[in-house]
Amino acid sequence: MRGATHAKWAACAVAVALTATACGGDSDSSGGGGEGAGIISSSWGDPQNPLEPANTNEVQGGKVLDMLFRGLKRYDAKTGAAENMLAEKFETTDSQNFTITVKSGWKFSNDEPVTAQSFVDAWNYGADVRNKQNNSPFFSDIVGYQDVHPATGEPTAKTMKGLVVTGSNTFTVALKEKFSTWPQTLGYQAFSPLPKAFFTDHAGWLAKPVGNGPYMVDSYTKGTGMKMRKWDAYPGTDKAQNGGVDLKVYTDNNTAYTDLISGNLDLVDDVPAQQLKNVKNDLGDRYINQPALIIQTLTFPLYDPQWSKPGTEKVRLGISRAINRDEITKQIFQETRTSAKDWTSPALGEKGGFSATICGDACVYDPAEAKKLIQEGGGLPGGKVTLTSNVDTGSHRDWMDAVCNSINNALGEGPVCTVNPVGTFADFRNQQSSYKLTGPFRSGWQADYPLIQNFLQPLYYTGASSNYGKFSNPEFDKLVDQANQESDAAKAIATFQDAEKILAEQMPSIPLWYQNGSAGYSERLTDVALNQFSVPVYDEIKVS
Amino acid sequence: MGRYVIRRLLQMIPVFIGSTFLIFFMVYALGDPVAALFGDKAPDPATAARIRKDLFLDQPLWKQYLHYMGQIFQGNFGTAFNGQPVTELMASAFPVTLRLTVVAIVIEIVFGITLGVISGLRRGKAADTSVLVMTLVVISVPTFVTGYLLQYLFGVKWGWVKPTVSPDAPFSELILPGIVLALVSLAYVTRLSRTSIAENAKADYVRTATAKGLPRRRVVTRHLLRNSLIPVITFIGTDIGALMGGAIVTERIFNIHGVGYQLYQGILRNNSPTVVGFVTILVIVFLLANLLVDLLYAVLDPRIRYA
Repeated sequence: MRGATHAKWAACAVAVALTATACGGDSDSSGGGGEGAGIISSSWGDPQNPLEPANTNEVQGGKVLDMLFRGLKRYDAKTGAAENMLAEKFETTDSQNFTITVKSGWKFSNDEPVTAQSFVDAWNYGADVRNKQNNSPFFSDIVGYQDVHPATGEPTAKTMKGLVVTGSNTFTVALKEKFSTWPQTLGYQAFSPLPKAFFTDHAGWLAKPVGNGPYMVDSYTKGTGMKMRKWDAYPGTDKAQNGGVDLKVYTDNNTAYTDLISGNLDLVDDVPAQQLKNVKNDLGDRYINQPALIIQTLTFPLYDPQWSKPGTEKVRLGISRAINRDEITKQIFQETRTSAKDWTSPALGEKGGFSATICGDACVYDPAEAKKLIQEGGGLPGGKVTLTSNVDTGSHRDWMDAVCNSINNALGEGPVCTVNPVGTFADFRNQQSSYKLTGPFRSGWQADYPLIQNFLQPLYYTGASSNYGKFSNPEFDKLVDQANQESDAAKAIATFQDAEKILAEQMPSIPLWYQNGSAGYSERLTDVALNQFSVPVYDEIKVS
Repeated sequence: MGRYVIRRLLQMIPVFIGSTFLIFFMVYALGDPVAALFGDKAPDPATAARIRKDLFLDQPLWKQYLHYMGQIFQGNFGTAFNGQPVTELMASAFPVTLRLTVVAIVIEIVFGITLGVISGLRRGKAADTSVLVMTLVVISVPTFVTGYLLQYLFGVKWGWVKPTVSPDAPFSELILPGIVLALVSLAYVTRLSRTSIAENAKADYVRTATAKGLPRRRVVTRHLLRNSLIPVITFIGTDIGALMGGAIVTERIFNIHGVGYQLYQGILRNNSPTVVGFVTILVIVFLLANLLVDLLYAVLDPRIRYA
């Protein structure tokens, strides 16, 4: 009987293993493209943070907020101009104190009206350090920010003094300093209004967010997908042209592309690099490739004396001239990147401050000149240069190798340029933000709003939050301050460009290329377009 | 027997503590995950400090470990950065991967052992040689190649199956990914059982059984196969753990939201609670699978006894 008992034990163990797998069920769900009339299925990535307006700072979460919310301003999908959405008017006499009137008749999809209070509450929540919102610094221009968001210690207030509700549809904002283009920043999603349910039942709201945009959330399964449906009672003029959007989380953009090709998916907003060779064949006209508000640069660690001592600007300029941008964007990125000619993005448009001439010769490949400049500047520090980036995404390894080859070939001194690949983005960010890097490092920048200010001030202003190279130039700072106080938009942009010209002389960071948004879609869809943030304009898509 | 099982279960405790300790330190050595939460922007120091405090990251490493273990024993595996409890992630990921593993293991057992028996009994003949060549090819082609290839052929070109798996991941959709996942191990199972069968075919007890006049079928299944399976079972047992953890590639290709996907996300985002939690469970699975293997030995060969 010995054998029988053994068998029983083993059988039990196997049974346990099998029942464990049975849960989850074989329920047949009809995923894929053709589900429901007018419903678009679209690829999605798992948002990094909980879906709260002031806590979402990446494109996947932003995509949802763009469908779910409408703020005071909205950026035109084509031109990027900030246009009034919920805002009736902004009144100011000094570019520092604003009175904002909110249009009446707007409501959240749970029928609660959108009032001045909805904005003030949302902004106070976003600024409060206790709520740990990633986008808190967006509220730092408002008077009283320190009280709710002190650098250390406990907040002394729950609300900012600078925000005062003066009527059901009006409120005033006091800024710490003059900031003429401040109203135009309000199209950013962190400034979205929030309904009362957000504060009273926070967990419930996060499980099924309620907003005031053209779509409402039908169901949300974290890590798997979200079903958005058209909100029929939406009061705005930009009503959804389709029945809804099913966002499906993909583990890999290659897989999403495969699903698109085989008819299981309608829209992919990130065509994988490996497929770029086939994409025109596979999709023809149904492939979009257009500049977005994203620029990639190589920033120099100017906190390191060997890169900042007088004369090294010539070395920095020389390195810039040793990089063959056109060749790399063509060979490695299949023209989904555009060689950079300034420190902003063509998506801004000429009127918005983009200029194809500001970097000028300094961004043009010229090996002879590069060699000369570097020699004049005293040569590469220590005779070598090391490029650093994370290599977990975005073909970073490939282009870094290409840039190094380009520099090595231009200088003809053997392998003086080497690559320092960092395994994960998190690790790279740690090294970068603790100022530990001793050579040029990748610094990508995706603008929060289509303003030239956003491409310059956070990155190159002395002590600015994302100034990882610790560039500091009094003249640059002065021009930025001046531009911010300028109430005439054209003049403000011209002054920002003057500041940008200093970058062309000092080269604290080398502009490499502008990143394009790329998308592909199925034959069912028409009117597909990407906005400046390379997010599809979902509400305008029509389904046949 | 019961005492043996209890002893083995008790032995798991130090192994469990030791392995979580190692994993914890390795993951946390990767560095501070908070900076990456802020994307390209600089982390706001005050907010970052609050998040660190909440995640217990401002404490020395040994305190973090004690805190973490304390939480685990209360069934709390922490929270992923998107606000989801890790236990919730596990509840959604493990059944999916377990189903995928079951499909792979069944394929391994059915095809691997059958092929192994066939080639083992016909050692040196054409059937044997062709199986050996086939397994050699399978072993030398990496999983992502077979994965993308089969997905393209069956899913895109011929349209026989959906190229990706829906969130529920029913068994019917897991067959193709299961094959991809099983292929390499299947080759090993085939080769192991082939060698073992070929070796035992000349053993005395097989000769005795044949001499007794037992039908060939019975000699093979009851006498030869049963004794030859011990090394194969050992391999399959360890493979359960390896398949569950190593499904990263297959899960990515077929968009399966299982353990491999969660681990990959966790590592990319430096999300230590996810990584440590999932690996901890995998360690337990590994240990249990090994226990199961040891118990199966006794079933296969009554001479092996545990007291």
